[in-house]
Amino acid sequence: MKAPAISLLAGLLFGAGLAVSGMADPARVRAFLDLFGAWDPMLAFVMAGALMPMTIAWLVQQRMPRPIACEAFDLPGTGLLDAKLLLGAILFGIGWGIGGLCPGPALADLAIAPSEAGIFVVAMLAGMTAHRITRG
Amino acid sequence: MMLPGFPDAMPAAGLAGGLLIGLAAAIMLLGLGRIAGVSGMLARASGIADTGAPRVIALAFVIGLPLGALLATLASSGVEPRFTGSIPQLVIAGLLVGFGTRLGSGCTSGHGVCGLSRFSRRSMVATLTFMTSGFATVGLMRAFGFING
Repeated sequence: MKAPAISLLAGLLFGAGLAVSGMADPARVRAFLDLFGAWDPMLAFVMAGALMPMTIAWLVQQRMPRPIACEAFDLPGTGLLDAKLLLGAILFGIGWGIGGLCPGPALADLAIAPSEAGIFVVAMLAGMTAHRITRG
Repeated sequence: MMLPGFPDAMPAAGLAGGLLIGLAAAIMLLGLGRIAGVSGMLARASGIADTGAPRVIALAFVIGLPLGALLATLASSGVEPRFTGSIPQLVIAGLLVGFGTRLGSGCTSGHGVCGLSRFSRRSMVATLTFMTSGFATVGLMRAFGFING
């Protein structure tokens, strides 16, 4: 029961952070992406805030034989650059620009503005399913 | 706090919210040995992906996230979401975000927050690519009259 409780806590803090920071507001996120319009530097501050604890966490992680509540670290590789990574990031960026939403804020908004966020999240799950199907 | 030249910017709130997001990701890494990547956790929790975090871990994270946002909003420190564009735009955006984040193995949280702080080459390239793509998309939408003001 310990591991799900830790994950729930991480989710709670993550969601609170998205709501507090302004990331959960699609108009503000799109304004950050609007370099040629009324640019809003918001996301740069959110990123700076998020990268500080995580940079320290990676340094601590290197000195830990295993995580606190699990048997082993289960982390993705860092080196591989391929067409899937690039094409995926391009498609994601287009969707992010159109809607002003990435997956975290979309889930956060489910609890604040469920009707609009719900439409986006259902479409996002459909996109994820389409990837699963086309991957074979 | 106001930023000169950007009257609507919220640098202090952005930084504070960012710290919470980074703290959450640090708890996931040091506590459970995993990346707090929302697209991956959502795919796993919904059963669309069958590899990744144990399902109960992914479910707890995906349930906690909107609850945390709701609590912050009820404590009146949240920001009112303003949705941009029509329903068809939201649908197209959602489809692209869902497909793209699975194909590219991550989104703003996994590649952005967790990958950049790890100096992962893969995540740095992904983040640079989706940021550039996002800037270009909004620039084109502005050029073609989808965004005014």
